[in-house]
Amino acid sequence: MSESDKKKPNRRDFILTATTAAGAVGIGAAAWPLIDQMNPDASVKALASTEVDISGVEPGQSITVLWRGKPVFIKRRTQEEIDSARAVDLKDLKHPEKDEDRAKDPEWLVMLGVCTHLGCVPLTDKGDYNAWFCPCHGSHYDTSGRIRKGPAPTNLEVPKYVFVNSKTIKIG
Amino acid sequence: MSDHDYQPNSKLGKWFNDRLPLLTLSSHLREYPTPKNLNYWWTFGGILTFCLIVQIVTGIILGMHYIANADLAFESVEHIMRDVNYGWLIRYVHANGSSMFFLAVYIHIFRALYYGSYKSPREIIWIIGMIIYFLMMATAFMGYVLPWGQMSFWGATVITNLFSAVPFVGESITNWLWGGYAVGNPTLTRFFSLHYLLPFLILGLVILHIWALHVPGNNNPIGIEIKQPSKDTVPFHPYIVIKDLFALILFLIVFAFFVFYSPNLLGHADNYIEANPLVTPAHIVPEWYLLPFYAILRSIPDKLFGVIAMFASIFVLVILPWLDTSKVKSAIFRPIYKQFYWFLVADVIILGYMGAMPAEGTYLIIARIATAYYFLHFLIILPFLGKKEKTLDVPLNITEPVLGGYPNQAKTKEKSNIKENL
Repeated sequence: MSESDKKKPNRRDFILTATTAAGAVGIGAAAWPLIDQMNPDASVKALASTEVDISGVEPGQSITVLWRGKPVFIKRRTQEEIDSARAVDLKDLKHPEKDEDRAKDPEWLVMLGVCTHLGCVPLTDKGDYNAWFCPCHGSHYDTSGRIRKGPAPTNLEVPKYVFVNSKTIKIG
Repeated sequence: MSDHDYQPNSKLGKWFNDRLPLLTLSSHLREYPTPKNLNYWWTFGGILTFCLIVQIVTGIILGMHYIANADLAFESVEHIMRDVNYGWLIRYVHANGSSMFFLAVYIHIFRALYYGSYKSPREIIWIIGMIIYFLMMATAFMGYVLPWGQMSFWGATVITNLFSAVPFVGESITNWLWGGYAVGNPTLTRFFSLHYLLPFLILGLVILHIWALHVPGNNNPIGIEIKQPSKDTVPFHPYIVIKDLFALILFLIVFAFFVFYSPNLLGHADNYIEANPLVTPAHIVPEWYLLPFYAILRSIPDKLFGVIAMFASIFVLVILPWLDTSKVKSAIFRPIYKQFYWFLVADVIILGYMGAMPAEGTYLIIARIATAYYFLHFLIILPFLGKKEKTLDVPLNITEPVLGGYPNQAKTKEKSNIKENL
């Protein structure tokens, strides 16, 4: 390209660039509400926490409650189950997490009953580890809800929860 | 084409046509020169158009009675089945209609694969067709969610969770798709809205598909480009119209069999249980027409790569015109490709069967081999075969082999020379 072909940007080029840029920003701003309306709305977000009475749960028993439209497993583990969860070498885990970090109170395991593969509800006391097994695509979880075998990439998610008192757990 | 010469007979027709040339279009559609050797596998385009119209008409009617609300949807479908006049018929036609639609589209696609209809100059027709196919799957999936039964709910959960495999933003995407933290009422209402919209997008793409077809004209069983119009063609009307209608009647017999004699054969009993977010059915299976892709998804032990493989299995079809390097279109003249073609058909059927079986043990191993072969076919065999295969002689026009000449005109001349010399 010769020197004379290289046009110096003039005022028209500036106006064109500025108009295009302003137009792009304007279209983006106009499109955002149309996209964001699909995100969880105020009424959905308002259901962010739920309190559960756990006084009736015996050792070895597990209950399932609904939180934000998702099942939450609350399992009162037996000593045997706690021991087996804590005896695992972290090197054997696909998603290494200590049981101590997953269960604040070793007796109580609280986690989302949503398989981390494609969102099915795992079955309790089933599978290779006699803990949780997802029937959809065959993921096996251990007594700490950690993925041990199958296509799921991560352990069952532990939601934010607190013990309000000895009988009540607040999830969310 | 002779379209431009068209003149309406009446004065009113001429006045109208000068302002909006609809009569010219109609004349083009009637006169459209079609290869005279098209077989019955070519009638599925018309059958598919019919299927789309049936789905739109029955769907609009169902939309008059259906209620898109998580608390009422299941009941409203039962209301359609029990109370609405002929509601059972309209719903069964719509539900089985989707299966018939996919049956026809698979035949249509495999016909194109056999006769090389995707090759130059028809790549755009093929790509538009693949977009239609993809939209059909999306539409069918969302439609299946609407009755809000157990399979609806858990099918929706599994499929939308595919997007959670996207690194970093996966969770934001799924929450955006659901309008919540799980599949729920907001998901149902938006799926209803989109399920109503997409068929009209498909209709628009069908028009483009046919438009793109009418530029080079139809491919044909011997896969050669022919002069249009010529002694190798017949006008679309009445020849192809009547043939298509006859094929449609045969197709309707199959359609009617399902609607009237086994309307629930292709569905799942679990979908007559109302959606329950706390219990997953023991065995989640998508509708039969999605099974091969489901098998590919499950055969990969990694979540993200499973999803990538599933979408890639459709994408390899989109780029097929550039993967198949053979200049010869029809499998009739490609002896090796013909065998691989039937291997592929068998492979897809096996994948479909494995998709319906639990993903464990021998089933999983077979599914993995079948998945590997699927990609091998498109990515390795086809590019290689096009360069190495020794193809048979292709006739120069359609009429010649019918009249008893050799496929190759040079040889025909040789033969007639011999006769003359005798």
